[in-house]
Amino acid sequence: MEARWIAVIASSVIAFILKFSGNIVPARHLEQPKIKSITALVPIVMLSALVVVQTFAAGQELVIDARLVALLFAVILLLIRAPFIVVVFGAAALAAILRYFELIN
Amino acid sequence: MNISSHARRSTVTRNAIGVGLATGVYGISFGALAVTSGFSFAQTQVLSLGLFSGASQFAVVGIMGAGGGAIAAIATSSLLGVRNGLYALSIANVLKLKGFKKVIASQLTIDESTAMSIANNDDEEMSRWAFWATGISVFVFWNIATAIGAFGASFVADPKSLGLDAAVGAAFLALLWPRLINKQIRVLGILAGLLAIGLTPFVQPGIPVLASVLIAIAMGLKNASDK
Repeated sequence: MEARWIAVIASSVIAFILKFSGNIVPARHLEQPKIKSITALVPIVMLSALVVVQTFAAGQELVIDARLVALLFAVILLLIRAPFIVVVFGAAALAAILRYFELIN
Repeated sequence: MNISSHARRSTVTRNAIGVGLATGVYGISFGALAVTSGFSFAQTQVLSLGLFSGASQFAVVGIMGAGGGAIAAIATSSLLGVRNGLYALSIANVLKLKGFKKVIASQLTIDESTAMSIANNDDEEMSRWAFWATGISVFVFWNIATAIGAFGASFVADPKSLGLDAAVGAAFLALLWPRLINKQIRVLGILAGLLAIGLTPFVQPGIPVLASVLIAIAMGLKNASDK
């Protein structure tokens, strides 16, 4: 089976198991302070790492290109409280313009 | 049901539809980015139906689109999904479900439905209503929007010329932004970013993101022992 299908199906199944087990496991097993305090931080570190990797990585190389300018523009849009879709497509539009005029790759 | 609880129920329902519409809009970007990252229309839609958790879905698509392997994508998605399990745990005593309803409720346990349920936890019946209304509303709008985004993007020949590769980082940043609530968390985010940059040249794509969890573990253990 194609790797993408494996990822799609396996991640869906695991996501469901995680949610369902929360519904059937007695609370005392997971409500330890250590586990709670780690799981609260996991989305922060992973999303931060994903932002950086999606901006600078090209395979295993680090590059500076239109994605960085687009990300800085996204920061400005977030600071002025633009909605999610404006942030996402605003960043895309700026990168597209920069590349169209060949200002940066 | 008396008049005031009836009025409150319609307010909760209206809010649930509002939340569904608002998150549905993310679904357009998800659908578009998934297809331009090389996922088929069917794969994209199965992610929204089955995985049904924005950050995890963007992670699968972002990591594999950038050349990462299936294992790294699955592991990242699952670690991001652990919080949904904790949500389920924290609202299970309010939902009080049995049998098949428990299965459906599990699938609908996400940031939005949990938050709306907890926001109404002064009244157990209203808390349940808020959970179901929000979960169903987000599920429906999220999946319709995914289909629209994926269909629209399937006409795009060169995603890079439209800047869509640059939109993925912006999407993760927009998901991260509202969580950056205090200085410790912002420092944590910066450390995770630096670690990911430092590791990128030396390991397979996808691994730097997984490695960032080590920082969460270190900081989480420290926080727990400080308390």
